[in-house]
Amino acid sequence: MSRRLLRWVLPHPILSAWLWLMWLLLEQSARPGPLLVGLVVALLGGRAMAMLQPQRVRIRRPGLILKLAGAVLVDVARSNLAVALVVLKPRPERHAGFIRVPLALRNPNALAALACIMTATPGTAWVEFDVEDGELLLHVLDLVDEADWVRIVKDRYEQPLLEIFQ
Amino acid sequence: MSGAAELPLFVAIPVAILLVLGAGLSLAGSIGLLRLKSFYERVHAPTIGTSYGLGSVLLASMIFFSVLQTRLVVHEVLIGILVVVTTPVTLMLVTRAALHRDRLEGNPEVPPPLSRPPEQD
Repeated sequence: MSRRLLRWVLPHPILSAWLWLMWLLLEQSARPGPLLVGLVVALLGGRAMAMLQPQRVRIRRPGLILKLAGAVLVDVARSNLAVALVVLKPRPERHAGFIRVPLALRNPNALAALACIMTATPGTAWVEFDVEDGELLLHVLDLVDEADWVRIVKDRYEQPLLEIFQ
Repeated sequence: MSGAAELPLFVAIPVAILLVLGAGLSLAGSIGLLRLKSFYERVHAPTIGTSYGLGSVLLASMIFFSVLQTRLVVHEVLIGILVVVTTPVTLMLVTRAALHRDRLEGNPEVPPPLSRPPEQD
């Protein structure tokens, strides 16, 4: 009985915890007032999410998230410099282009994470994804070797995401 | 800013460097928006501003106010998270709209749709 009640009150504990933390950060205090209001917001948020009935997020290897985040931070920094250089010192031989990457990733949450990574990286832009074929269309600002990019996306990002989400 | 003069030098210098770096990166992104030739190239430029451009300024803000108010001020992290999570939505919306129009107009520089046309027997 009590377990069912807990399930009802707290269907998404991690989400509710994040909402609570976000509320306290916005309030910039941990006094009883904000704590209480934040708790209500967090619980309502969890309930609302349960009503939407999303696919359950299952994270298999939390440690890998940190490793992936570190790799992404480094890659985004590198890409920032590369794109800034392209803008400030244009090279006539540079050419931009579309590439197709065949993905094995199907989990919607993992795909959303990949979209965030590709978008946060200045040199690459997510253009289109075909759910049936699992083919991703990317636009790359400084395209040197197509196979190189496919390998980067697959090895550096897709592989960890597969291990984390599926 | 009140109290900015009380900021110790060893904090003021990294804050200033981060601010100039963030502003510089955002400026480079804006110049790119102006300079790059095709729509799909221009999409890349502002991303500099929303990644490390934004990150540097937020980090500067966190250090500045944490030191001045002698308590941890980290709610700027939320701005970073929300921007990173929401940018793909607008970016995909804009790119796919452009792609759709280019395909309708038969622009040869744009790749054809990913899914194969339905096979006819």
